[in-house]
Amino acid sequence: MSGFFSPFITKPVSVSQIMLHVLLALIPGIAIYVWFYGPAILISLTLASITALVIEALMLKIQNKPLAPYLKDNSALLTAWLLALSIPPLAPWWLVVVGTAFAISISKHLYGGLGNNPFNPAMIGYAVLIISFPSHMTHWLTPHGLAEIPLSFPDQLNYIFHGMLPDGVRLDAVTMATPLDTLKTQLHLNTQLKDILEMPIYGRMAGIGSEWVATGFLLGGIYLLAKRLISWHIPAAFLGTLFITSGLFHLLDPSHHVAPLFHWFSGAAMLGAFFILTDPVTSPTTPRGKLIFAAGAGLLTYLIRSFGGFPDGMAFATLLMNICVPLIDAWTQPKVFGKKEKQP
Amino acid sequence: MRTLYKFHGGVHPPTNKTQSNLTPIAQAALPSKLLIPLHQHVGSSAKPVVEVGEYVLKGQRIGRPEGHLSSAVHASTSGTIAAIDMQRVAHPSGIPDLCITLIPDGLDEWIALDTCDDWTTLSHTDLRHRLREAGVVGLGGAVFPSDMKLYSHKHKIKTLVLNGAECEPYITCDDMLMRERAGEILQGAEMMRALLYAEEVLIGIEDNKPEAIAAMKSAVVAGNHQRMEVIAVPTVYPGGGAKQLIRVLTGIEVAAGVRSTNMGVQCFNVGTAYSAWRAIRFGEPLVSRIVTVTGNVSRPQNYDALIGTPMDELVAQSGQLPGTTGYIMGGPMMGVLMPSRQVGVIKAANCIIASSDKLFPTAKPALPCIRCTRCADVCPSELQPQELYWFSKAKNFDKAEDYHLFDCIECGACSYVCPSNIPLVQYYRFAKSEIWAREAGKKAADAARERHEYRESRIEREKREKTEKLAAKEKAAQAAKTPLQPVVAAANPDADPENTMQLKIQTAIDRAKEQAAAIKPKNVEQLTPQQQAEINDIEARRARIRELAKDNTDAQP
Ligand code: SF4
Ligand code: SF4
Repeated sequence: MSGFFSPFITKPVSVSQIMLHVLLALIPGIAIYVWFYGPAILISLTLASITALVIEALMLKIQNKPLAPYLKDNSALLTAWLLALSIPPLAPWWLVVVGTAFAISISKHLYGGLGNNPFNPAMIGYAVLIISFPSHMTHWLTPHGLAEIPLSFPDQLNYIFHGMLPDGVRLDAVTMATPLDTLKTQLHLNTQLKDILEMPIYGRMAGIGSEWVATGFLLGGIYLLAKRLISWHIPAAFLGTLFITSGLFHLLDPSHHVAPLFHWFSGAAMLGAFFILTDPVTSPTTPRGKLIFAAGAGLLTYLIRSFGGFPDGMAFATLLMNICVPLIDAWTQPKVFGKKEKQP
Repeated sequence: MRTLYKFHGGVHPPTNKTQSNLTPIAQAALPSKLLIPLHQHVGSSAKPVVEVGEYVLKGQRIGRPEGHLSSAVHASTSGTIAAIDMQRVAHPSGIPDLCITLIPDGLDEWIALDTCDDWTTLSHTDLRHRLREAGVVGLGGAVFPSDMKLYSHKHKIKTLVLNGAECEPYITCDDMLMRERAGEILQGAEMMRALLYAEEVLIGIEDNKPEAIAAMKSAVVAGNHQRMEVIAVPTVYPGGGAKQLIRVLTGIEVAAGVRSTNMGVQCFNVGTAYSAWRAIRFGEPLVSRIVTVTGNVSRPQNYDALIGTPMDELVAQSGQLPGTTGYIMGGPMMGVLMPSRQVGVIKAANCIIASSDKLFPTAKPALPCIRCTRCADVCPSELQPQELYWFSKAKNFDKAEDYHLFDCIECGACSYVCPSNIPLVQYYRFAKSEIWAREAGKKAADAARERHEYRESRIEREKREKTEKLAAKEKAAQAAKTPLQPVVAAANPDADPENTMQLKIQTAIDRAKEQAAAIKPKNVEQLTPQQQAEINDIEARRARIRELAKDNTDAQP
């Protein structure tokens, strides 16, 4: 029997399809990631995906919710991927598993599951990991071409699952701090900004490999915009604010503050602008609210990066702004039809 | 070129119109019986004025308008009244309502009709009275008595908007009417313009109806109509909603609860203009309308069908296909599922869609809202449907009202796009009805207080009114029957909520009149039937108040 109430027709677009498109949009970035850092990231992605699905199923079971529609909605997978992309690819397997499990069970399901979590689950996972296991979170793979001893895929697997590196190779030799992290440390050591940027890990705009990965995410973001899966408000306000604040500091004190493009193409800025902040569940619903939310996140990201204790500010900026969402929504309710001041 | 305005949002569901608009309007066959409800319009139910067994002619009045806001009901063909009883009607609730069953004699013989060659010789009051007596109501789905919408002072209304947008998928009755009877529609529009003292007439038609646009345009030229313009508007649902069309054509946004006439605009459906013309020029009451029959049928088609035709008999003429699960009256976006296939065609029935699982598959189970705001992006009222949904679901009705629940026109655009398949409109309907129920509860309490106050003055007046009371009691008993709400907005979102407002205002006017009538001695000579009806209505009301007062005394220990 067809439905009892109008509308009797619906547009054939589902949550599952929307999430699938977002996952697809991540692929260019992931491909570039593999090119520069080897296939280790694929292992993290797989580990995170499996963990997410298992934990999701478990949580649904406990709450007596139907498995099929929720498991098929692809939202757990998206959380898993975003988390895996935020943590170092050469992290031990349990780090990915713990982070993902926490993200899905605590920050998603304990808050009521799909649609009800106030905080971005992937960013909660990231925050928990960086606070609990800071040392594991700072060893990033050295990009292709820069590493003295390139790690083969079996070597990477061996490290991820058994914590063992080839004989005579030290972790420091195959990993490094992120370009953002290095910048911060070197500035603390009073190295001239000019000299820092001469270091081999820096490329045209930012980190030599990471700037390309960020470009990949930018491409994916453009795809999402073109497909109208996200609105322009959040990426524009976030990147705009990040650009303006970093540009301002750069103009005032060019010897200590990098150019805006460095910020755009470093760390999780691009991923955040198009994939993390745009998570509909944890962002405001009104257009004006989205602008405020993303501008706030842009400002906080810059402040944390430049003056805070963590190398990247994306995760904490996101979480801090997540807290404000209900307030922002309440404040930015748009005027409804016929109730605006101006009439022709 | 006229500048057109935009309204926010809107959707583009598959139009599915070409199934039914390729063939001309056909005359529907005379059915075996006619089931004519007495309440097909907004306002009070018509009162039957015939008896079982009586022979009636086509166009003969069988129900007289009762009260200020009401409309007459007529025999759709000649034949015998077989029953006057409660029957299931074209209302999704399935609650029976008073219907007149008419068995056609096959002659389809008209009653003597009061034609008029030149309506300009008639007074405005007379024109309105004739429309009311002819049972002319809004045919876009709102079924609001047209005479009530045709009041205006000079220079108050600038624009008369004629709605031929027909934005709902599947429906093509206005399209075909405009193609075939454009001239008469425009004659009706001229008359409406005169009644409203409107300067210009703007006729909005969605640009997916090029034939209708062409026909109407050439009719404007042929009829030498001045300041009358046919305007192609973009095809977007719900562009045919009265508020949306007014916005597109004039830029004016008529807020919920505001009468468009206060902003200088009045809007009528093209079918209403046509029927109004037939009623005045030929004296023909509204006994038939154009109905699109489509969906799970082998020959989708528009019919000129008699009011009261059982829906299954009409659909049978288009060749109903196996797998039909039910009938939808109206379009797929705002239509309503019929409680039975035998219900009679009513004035609001612009379209009957034979539904099937293939056409309208069962909705997938709803997932939680992911706050994606696709609903807000398409909402023509610029609401935040997701917020309304949360508040309605949590039964937080005050909040829902704060977030403009009553600005929702129930167009269904939000439900249409929701990726979580949430039946959003259902939640809004639920919330609205809960709020209404609560209001009604409050009104009952107010009424109790009024009763108490009334008792004070009653005691001294009691003696004087004793005789009057006896007579009034009878009338009150008649008037006490509460009529079923008519189907409003079956199809086009043409059902402007303004009408509810109008209703409220009218009640206030009535109340004021009632008070006036209580003090002033009435000049009972030379009353028009309309005035007489009003007086009767007032009398009934007063009687009811007295009854209430009486009940109260009886309850005293
Ligand atoms: S479209 Fe559906 S899921 Fe999206 S915000 Fe609206 S109600 Fe929620
Ligand atoms: S049904 Fe109401 S809330 Fe939904 S789109 Fe239409 S007007 Fe907006």
